[in-house]
Amino acid sequence: MKILVCVSQTPDTTSKIQFANGNTELDKAGIQFIMNPYDEWYALVRALELKEANAGSTVTLLHVGAAANEPTIRKGLAIGADDAIRVDAEATSSYFVAKQIAANAQGFDVVFFGKETIDYNGSEVPAMVAELLDLPFVSYGSKMSTSGNVATIERDIEGGKETVEVDFPFVLSCAKGMAEQRIPNMQGIMMSKRKPVKVVPAVAVNNTVAIKTYSLPPVKAGVKMISPDNVEELVKLLHNEAKVL
Amino acid sequence: MSVLVFTESLTGKIKKSALEAISYGYQVAQQQGTSCIALTIGQAEGADDLGKYGVDKVLQVSQVNGFDSQVYANIISQVAQQVGATLVVFSHSSSGKSIAGRVAVRLDAGLVSAATTLLNGDTVNKNLFSGKGIATYSISTAVKIVTISANTFPPKEVSGNSVAPEAASANIPTAKIRVKETTTVEGIVPLPEADLVVSAGRGMKGPENWGMVEDLAAILGATTACSRPVADIHWRPHHEHVGQTGVAIKPTLYIAIGISGAIQHLAGVNQSKTIVVINKDPEAPFFKAADYGIVGDLFDVVPKLTAAIKSFKANN
Repeated sequence: MKILVCVSQTPDTTSKIQFANGNTELDKAGIQFIMNPYDEWYALVRALELKEANAGSTVTLLHVGAAANEPTIRKGLAIGADDAIRVDAEATSSYFVAKQIAANAQGFDVVFFGKETIDYNGSEVPAMVAELLDLPFVSYGSKMSTSGNVATIERDIEGGKETVEVDFPFVLSCAKGMAEQRIPNMQGIMMSKRKPVKVVPAVAVNNTVAIKTYSLPPVKAGVKMISPDNVEELVKLLHNEAKVL
Repeated sequence: MSVLVFTESLTGKIKKSALEAISYGYQVAQQQGTSCIALTIGQAEGADDLGKYGVDKVLQVSQVNGFDSQVYANIISQVAQQVGATLVVFSHSSSGKSIAGRVAVRLDAGLVSAATTLLNGDTVNKNLFSGKGIATYSISTAVKIVTISANTFPPKEVSGNSVAPEAASANIPTAKIRVKETTTVEGIVPLPEADLVVSAGRGMKGPENWGMVEDLAAILGATTACSRPVADIHWRPHHEHVGQTGVAIKPTLYIAIGISGAIQHLAGVNQSKTIVVINKDPEAPFFKAADYGIVGDLFDVVPKLTAAIKSFKANN
């Protein structure tokens, strides 16, 4: 089985977000970039489990980003992917990324994604890639079993779950429950240095959206403390001030 | 020109998030001087009432069973072209998110997801970095697509008109996804749609103590939620987990009981309008993100709060 895992790079969850250059770009100073957690913990690990259950399978990483992002790719290889493709371009929009992925995703039996990236929180790319590849798309998968050419997947829906069946090939986005995080070991880290990373140029794309400016959300007024012996005061504030009761 | 709203159903009933999408579509259509058209797919209980929310037309494609984004995207794209839609609106929900990207590709349309403002010309805002930033987008294509952030555009009844649903003509492709089972919790508002949420964490000491959380939620008409550790050790079901890896929510009121407020938890709840934190530790980081805080023993405070709300409700 040929398995593709698309991995993105995002600021760490704990990053302080600020914007630079007249609020036209993210201020990258002091930000630690990591592999998008849903891609790493759920998509990549479930892909490796699928490979382990199917002898002769391979797991390929696909990343759209500049050479500076190579540590993210090496980490994925250290966790256990066999090889990687890096599309040498800045990711400028979801559509741009989806087109790059589709251009490099031919011939795979399954294409894994995390459920969203923790920076843009859009959840746009997997559906676009599925459409570009004319493949079925199972989103927010939290559990998967396979039998022959059929995958049975549980997916998260609002307030519940849905169980679906789909034949390979398909596109899958992964949520919590799909797998457990793996920490790369020393052998994996050593081996990752020798695994092949193919660098390919980007295909031309006309962007359909652009970010004009960034801004920060309004700052909260600060917490109002209420005595535990006077919960009636809280009820009053929720009614009169916050107007939520 | 028109605004087309995909009006989604879950287990055969039109969702609250779909009514929010209609209210959004109606307001943009008013601004643009165009019509607002709702499209339902599959069984859609409540379609007869959509006129109240300002739609000019309700189109239905009812002969579809089970959710397959490929089938839905195909149908929605056909209808969008038939009605000359320049804006297609989706809820930012499990199904809306699964379809919108596909429709964007099919229609060569620019997509902005989880919009927090009305589309104004070609400009629309969305939140980034789990609420830590805002981006103002411009969409440069003739046809535009937005998915709208939940609990941001309240459904508004604007008309006494009744609009009779009509069947849309669309070719229905064969589904490649076979839906085996759909299970949803009955009788409660699902977390992503909930206005009021009462959430509790490890401070509860054990699952047997959750009665007081449920009592508080019941008197408020709120949905219950929990922190990640509590879901991980199976004190509470997985679908109640709110936070970065669980469900991201945006209620008007979020009450956090015995939750310290790890940054990953905050990432999923910090867009709540009003946050109340009850914790015995005055140093709990959650207080920094809260609007109201009580430092105290939750086993004492929560029952008192439930009683106080009960008496407030009895007198108001």
